[in-house]
Amino acid sequence: MLIASGLKIAVAALVAGPLAVGGVALLTPIAPPPLPHAVVTLAPGAFAYRLAGDFSTAGRPVAAPRRQLRQDRPLAIMTRQVTAAEYASCVEAGACPRIPQAVPTADRPVVGVSFRDALAYADWITRQTGVVHRLPTDAEWVFAAAEKASDEALPVVDAADPAKAWLARYETESARERPPIAPQPVGTFGANANGLVDLAGNVWEWTATCFERAELAPSGAVRPVTTNCGVRVVQGEHRTYMTDFIRDPRTGGCAAGVPPANLGFRLVVETALADRLRAALERTARRLLGPG
Amino acid sequence: MTRRSVLMGAAVAALLAAAPALAASPDLPRKTVDLVAPPFVHPHQQATREGPAIVAFKMVIEEKEVVIDEAGTKFRAMTFNGTMPGPMMVVHEGDYVELTLVNPDTNTMPHNIDFHAATGALGGGALTHVNPGEQVVLRFKATRTGAFVYHCAPEGMIPWHVVSGMSGTLMVLPRNGLKDRDGKPLRYDRIYYVGENDLYVPRDETGKYKTYESLAESYSDTTEVMRKLIPTHVVFNGKVGALTGANAMTAKVGETVMIVHSQANRDTRPHLIGGHGDYVWETGKFANPPEKNLETWFVRGGSAGAALYTFLQPGIYAYVNHNLIEAVELGATAHFKVEGTWNDDLMTQVSPPGPITPGKVGAAGTSVVK
Ligand SMILES: [Cu+2]
Repeated sequence: MLIASGLKIAVAALVAGPLAVGGVALLTPIAPPPLPHAVVTLAPGAFAYRLAGDFSTAGRPVAAPRRQLRQDRPLAIMTRQVTAAEYASCVEAGACPRIPQAVPTADRPVVGVSFRDALAYADWITRQTGVVHRLPTDAEWVFAAAEKASDEALPVVDAADPAKAWLARYETESARERPPIAPQPVGTFGANANGLVDLAGNVWEWTATCFERAELAPSGAVRPVTTNCGVRVVQGEHRTYMTDFIRDPRTGGCAAGVPPANLGFRLVVETALADRLRAALERTARRLLGPG
Repeated sequence: MTRRSVLMGAAVAALLAAAPALAASPDLPRKTVDLVAPPFVHPHQQATREGPAIVAFKMVIEEKEVVIDEAGTKFRAMTFNGTMPGPMMVVHEGDYVELTLVNPDTNTMPHNIDFHAATGALGGGALTHVNPGEQVVLRFKATRTGAFVYHCAPEGMIPWHVVSGMSGTLMVLPRNGLKDRDGKPLRYDRIYYVGENDLYVPRDETGKYKTYESLAESYSDTTEVMRKLIPTHVVFNGKVGALTGANAMTAKVGETVMIVHSQANRDTRPHLIGGHGDYVWETGKFANPPEKNLETWFVRGGSAGAALYTFLQPGIYAYVNHNLIEAVELGATAHFKVEGTWNDDLMTQVSPPGPITPGKVGAAGTSVVK
């Protein structure tokens, strides 16, 4: 299971030829699926993740625990967000709800989409390509976003003096820089180490993770108490929670303080290719590192 | 049907383990009050010699489809305890209001409650956010007298929840009862609570009201109508005609009636056609002396007003929002049926309608003095 972190294989639609890491050819080329968007396949690896949701211990709110997680299979994820033109094609095909966005430009991300709209698009593009597309979980998003994911432990609300935390949260929210609201051309906000662009820009991304209230035992065990899948985790410059039918986060969000500027999404690709890659990587790792 | 988006996590064991730490209670007697549906108000004392108490109420939030007019227009409502408006709670100054707010897992939406009578935490809104499948208990001290609005206030979606029905009234009475401006005690024989709602129902291309499978599906169309600020319905008690006909409010000649009128979102101007406001707390706050002999009183959006009137004549009275377009065309009309003996001195029909007699004014046979 030990695979050097940072091992990364680009599987863009147009990329072909032997894939190499450190000059050593690990894999024979595999015909990439005909996807209309670039995808990067991230090798499995460990990463730090602060659990999403509200946590309490013995009835008192506590900070969400930060855990070392392992992405134990390759993760194929779009390098960019779904564009306005792509979403418009889905609307034209009658498979996605119509949204108010003005011009369906090909070079800008779609904004003003709800979680439900994003699901409709994922289903449609899955049917179009024959390759399963879905929203990432929050943990997958954090894994893929790497250094662009913010780990923010918001101050815990103490029942004895809740106002302290509210004031602190407000300060944090108000201090955030606000990028221009209008969607920018793809790539405007730069790429992260994994080659994903526009993370933490002015378009927040829906994830599949539900809002959860959980009990954190002193042992560290987490016991879910309520899971509300009507509210999903939204990721970007910071993590927030949003009711699933909201399209405009400024009028409909459930985030405290300053809401996200826009709601968009990128998708994870579940491919047989990814499975084959994983198998190949594991074989290679075993060969390089030996058993155990 | 409404999508059930809430899954309960690990069952009873987890719930027991997660039983919240309870805040200590003030050492005061406790009372539990059962709420009743508007326009009625639970039994209460108007003045009390007893000391402050903890008064416990429970409200269950109910998302449901309701019918809002005689044409059968269906509306996706969100309600406190199943009614529009939510029930009225009555306590006395210095009492502690202790509300258990339940959001059953049959609902789809998180909710909370902002009491205009409470101090801090956005009126309690910041401490009462409950997901479907959760409940919360809030306690606050009723430090100011008056009739106050309460409403749901989930961040970002406040107006939608409020105009979908989630508002009500809490009345905090002075311990020694209501007074006029000279300190003379004022009492009522009956109390009615009229909650006014402005509703924004989307229409299709042909102008017909649209119906929706769920609240979520109604959201974007409804907000679009809301943003234009023109309600399709302005109703008392949740429905056009909810307080007329068989459901008209009743009184007897000589009885003093307290009418509490709340509007959580939009200004209104109650008027009793054929009657008056003898004593009116237009802003609803009893530390201010009541105004006398009003014809119409102004209730600001986001507040509740209170008016006392002693009926002097029997008959049917219309109680309206005196923007008459809203009263007649949009629904803001209620009726009082009042029994008793007619007082000829206050009013009489001198001469019934008949042919026009030139040069004559007043009672038949009386000449006009030039
Ligand atoms: Cu609500």
